[in-house]
Parts: sequence; C-alpha cells; structure tokens
Amino acid sequence: MAAGSVLDDAEVDRIFQALADATRRDIVRRVIEREQSVSELAGRYAMSFAAVQKHVAVLERSRLVTKSRQGREQIVRLESATVRYARGLLDELDRMWRGRIDRMDAILGEAEGKGA
Amino acid sequence: MPVTESNIDSPSASYRIVSEFAAPIERVWQLWEDPRQVERWWGPPGYPARFIRHDFTVPGSSIYHMPGPDGEPTYAGWTFLEIEAPHRLRIANGFADETGAPAGDIPWNRFDIAFETIEAGTRMTITARFDDTATLERMLGYGMLEGMTAALGQIDALLAP
Repeated sequence: MAAGSVLDDAEVDRIFQALADATRRDIVRRVIEREQSVSELAGRYAMSFAAVQKHVAVLERSRLVTKSRQGREQIVRLESATVRYARGLLDELDRMWRGRIDRMDAILGEAEGKGA
Repeated sequence: MPVTESNIDSPSASYRIVSEFAAPIERVWQLWEDPRQVERWWGPPGYPARFIRHDFTVPGSSIYHMPGPDGEPTYAGWTFLEIEAPHRLRIANGFADETGAPAGDIPWNRFDIAFETIEAGTRMTITARFDDTATLERMLGYGMLEGMTAALGQIDALLAP
C-alpha cells in the first residue's frame, strides 16, 4: 500500500507543524477559496504585515502554498497536491474499512434465503 | 450501501464508521466470532487473512497471517479486551510473531465495535483509536508521520465539500 508517496518524512513533518497554528490554518482556508495577495491577507489579521509574511513563509516551506510576484503584489496560492496527500491518509483508512464492511455485507447477503 | 457515516475525530485520534445491515444482530455478531467468516472480510481482495487461532474470549487472542510483499506471510494478532455478546466488542490489533506476541515497533491499535438492533436490522459502529497519527500513518504503509493530530482534523474540515 506504500504507493506513490510524493513527500519524505521531513516534508510531512513540516506540513503538520505548519498547520498547528490557527492563523496559518486560516490563511490556508482563505487560499483554498481563491488566491490572495500577502497584503490582502495581512489586512485580515490584527498583526503586522511582517508577521503575516512570516506565516506565509512557513506555509510556503511546507509546500502547502506557493508565493509568486505579480507586479508589486506577492500572490499566495494553494499547493493542493500537498494538502491532498495529508487528506489521502485519512481516505486510505476510510477505504480500508469501507471495503471490509462491503465484504461483510456480501457475506450476510449469502445467508439470506437460507433462513439464517 | 451499508455504510451510513464515517468521520475522523482528531482530538482523540480516532476514526468512526457506522454501517447498517439487513440482518439480525446475532448474525452480524457471527462475522466477528467465527474465524472462517472473519478471514473472508478482514484482508483486502488478493490478500486474504488466515486466522490460525481465534480464541474469542477475554482475555483471549487471535493469530492471523496475510501474504506480505515478498510472498512471506506477515503475522499479526488480536487481543480481546471486552466481549459482551452480541452488543459490544473491544479488540487490540497489531503486528505479531507466530506465537501472537506483539512484534515490530508499530504500536497496536484498538477498536471498539458496538452493535444495536434497529428497524432495518443491525447498526454496527466501529471506532478505531490510534495512539498518534504516526501509528495510523505507518499502519497504512506510508512510513513515518510525526505530529499534529489536530492538524489532520483541520485539513478534514478545510476540504469538506
């Protein structure tokens, strides 16, 4: 089942450390909806532009977001492959149990009609 | 589709899946009690589990093996922590040696199964608990994942449709 992991251990660590902070989770939430400039993001929090920029840098290092320059603005976008990987772990567990339950259901189905 | 609901509860690092079967509670219970039935659903298709011991008592245990990646059997086991027929079952599961003793460095995980009679038949609720996300991740075969169980739940919330 160790199929196609795109991230090494250190990278996975960085993702979870990045998401341990409420402001950074909020930034990711906003960026999921649409790309945002750093100054736009900075306007939403009661903290300095530099502090928001630092949060964005942490998210960038964990590859949850990318940052690119567009004129005078720095635009933050979601790096969705990374977010999907973390989600994929949970989906894998869910798939495993759904598979088991479907097989249980099939076994119960066989018993029907035999008066079981 | 028997599954009616599934979700992750990150603070307790647990996973919960609810399903409903059109069968009486005693019949659903047998799926866990009878090793010949367990081995038909436990392993994924192509990786059948063989239960060579299934001592369905407290404190009893099971030993099973599944074909490993190199063709060699991988041994694992269950320990029965609680059996209250036909309503409640609590099992610890993990890698073991041929005698059923815990082996390897991945901690065993626990799951609770609750059975209740409903109009349509039986509702079965499985809650799987993990000591940490690292255990979950390694069980799933992704290698090491340290860190934040809280973050997992957050991602889940973020990506919810």
